[in-house]
Amino acid sequence: MSILFALAGNQNSGKTTLFNRLTGSNQHVGNFPGVTVEKKEGRLLLRKDAFVVDLPGIYSLSPYTAEEVVTRDFIVKEHPDAIINIVDATNIERNLYLSLQLMELEIPMVIALNMMDEVRASGNSIKVKALSEALGVPIVPISAGKNEGIHELVTVAVKIATEKQKPKRQDFCTGEIHKAIHSIAHIIEDHAAAAGYPVRFASTKMVEGDEPMQKELKLHDNELRLIAHITREMEEQLHTDREAALADMRYQFIENVCASCVIKKGESLEQLRSEKIDRILTHKYFGIPIFLGIMLLIFLLTFSVIGAPLQSLFEAGIDAATGWFSRWLERMDVNPALHSLLIDGVCTGVGSVLSFLPLIVLLFFFLSILEDSGYMARVAFVMDKLLRKIGLSGRSFVPMLIGFGCSVPAIMATRTLSSERDRKMTILLTPFMSCSAKLPIYGMITAAFFEKQAGIVMFSIYILGMLVAVLSGLLLKKTVFKGNPVPFVMELPAYRFPAAKSVLIHMWEKGKDFIRKAFTIIFLSTIVIWFLQSFGWNFQMVENSADSILASIGNLLAPLFIPLGFSDWKISTALITGFTAKESVVSTLTILTGAAEDASLYSALQSLFTPLSALSFLAFTILYMPCVAAFAASKQELGSLKSALLTAAYQTGAAYVVALLIYQIGRLFIG
Amino acid sequence: MTLDQLAPKKSATITAVGGIGALRRHLLDMGLTPGTKVTVRKVAPMGDPIELFLRGYVLTIRKEDAANIEIHGVMDV
Repeated sequence: MSILFALAGNQNSGKTTLFNRLTGSNQHVGNFPGVTVEKKEGRLLLRKDAFVVDLPGIYSLSPYTAEEVVTRDFIVKEHPDAIINIVDATNIERNLYLSLQLMELEIPMVIALNMMDEVRASGNSIKVKALSEALGVPIVPISAGKNEGIHELVTVAVKIATEKQKPKRQDFCTGEIHKAIHSIAHIIEDHAAAAGYPVRFASTKMVEGDEPMQKELKLHDNELRLIAHITREMEEQLHTDREAALADMRYQFIENVCASCVIKKGESLEQLRSEKIDRILTHKYFGIPIFLGIMLLIFLLTFSVIGAPLQSLFEAGIDAATGWFSRWLERMDVNPALHSLLIDGVCTGVGSVLSFLPLIVLLFFFLSILEDSGYMARVAFVMDKLLRKIGLSGRSFVPMLIGFGCSVPAIMATRTLSSERDRKMTILLTPFMSCSAKLPIYGMITAAFFEKQAGIVMFSIYILGMLVAVLSGLLLKKTVFKGNPVPFVMELPAYRFPAAKSVLIHMWEKGKDFIRKAFTIIFLSTIVIWFLQSFGWNFQMVENSADSILASIGNLLAPLFIPLGFSDWKISTALITGFTAKESVVSTLTILTGAAEDASLYSALQSLFTPLSALSFLAFTILYMPCVAAFAASKQELGSLKSALLTAAYQTGAAYVVALLIYQIGRLFIG
Repeated sequence: MTLDQLAPKKSATITAVGGIGALRRHLLDMGLTPGTKVTVRKVAPMGDPIELFLRGYVLTIRKEDAANIEIHGVMDV
């Protein structure tokens, strides 16, 4: 029989690193049912019959965020055989707060006491055996980063799961709270059993005044009255309210346990080091310039220094493969229409997009280093006030930064925002953060028109996107999204060296996503486009693309773009195909101009655009509605097709206005 | 006095946590409970939010939310 583990813990506790250690690259990424909280599942490297689900990083089992509710529901309803609770030993008090709540769920549990190497290196120590006895659960000291203790952790986890060894104690309370929890436990016992909740957990939640729990238990009016009476009495006796009373109770228990089990001579080396690093990185005057400098450096490295040569290499490989395939097809004497489909449609289209894979993987390499090192949280800290001006919180900055990689995960990451208003606004603004799929377009245009100024043009593109987001935020804050921004309470984790494995897995996942997209959405759209541009309305192959079905659709829309400076039907057609995936703009233009290689594509582009209208075209492509995958994500997160359509309409409208301004104002100067 | 008024490099002890709903619960869950010693490490470059040190870790909250937290016994760090 297979074993199912649930991996639970605080954010920044090293949970992802541990998950990667446990599963290697045997991971499956999906969503929890009904919500868009990411669910990662994997098979254990050390036990082929055991699986682990990575639950979201949370600090408590309160009912306020989707992550907390998902964790609760998963453990209560999916009945994992055991919980592996990862605890950051350098930050043990706050981490154990969640542990105490997890223990109440009456599922076998083991604590993986992570970062013990750091505790030791700082000259501190933890009496693991005494701590384990005090808490009533087995504890295995580990270092996920250094791959220490993982073997033992798995052994203990398997043992408690197979022996069904539940936490030995759930009672951390004394006095009035103890009385209240136990009195309520008697009242709700049958209801809790019927709803499938451990009675102790349900009772604690009722004392805390947890509304979802109250609904699930389906209590009668007289029972509710009785419970209200009990909690009121407790509050009066303790001179505090129910929520504060329980938080205080848990922390007091933890403080007492830590006082006897944790020997702390001083702050950890990591803490002290982080404080020093922050003197520079979140400095009053240097903090923001440094952040902008880091972003600029990442873009220069991605697009010029490292990315460009890698990309050329990749392109050469793809060209060689296409050439070989084409000659092979000729030797096999295949039908010319099929040859055209495979070479002009599929290979050229998908190939030109695939050549951007090195750039995307490289960008995610840097982004995951920013995330894993702890710098991303500092970015939120530094930028919060700015984002608050446009009605958001610093936390929205993180999804927006992910937006530079891909709008799809970025839009999904807005789930961590606890206010619906912030979520909606972030979803609307995130696509203005130019995503990596648009890179091929910028690459193409800069190569054709701004080869010498590639770095600065790229940088300006990104700045333009952000600028439009800010202006939109200001506008929307005053109109559609009136109301208060959400609370901003965020941990600043100690800086740590990112684990190479986590960074690599992250890059691999993103690369895989991109390749999958290339061979599904882009593959399909290149075939459709190839068909539309190779065939006329009579369904006969046409000699000239200008007679194709697509040309007539493009022609119909082309006049709309005259004020923006690009009125050729090939461009409007390419923009239409950009709805399927942004990379398709490049493959469509490649196919429509009949360019067989980059040089001829660039000269074809030079006849379609002036440098000024190329800029206006760039601005339009950064801003107009995101691809169909991102649109689907925003529909899901916004919860309605209408909101998603309005969002897309706003984005496309903004794109039109900005491109119009660039072209018309630019003309005044250029003449 | 309240936590938003505490100057950088000063510490104090929390006496009460005000406010309502999700924010208050979150502050309590993060360990800002009465009796806890908290230090203000620094203020963000644009003047808000503030960086706190408590229970061996670093937390950032906004001044307007810190205004809900009552403190006493201010000391230099």
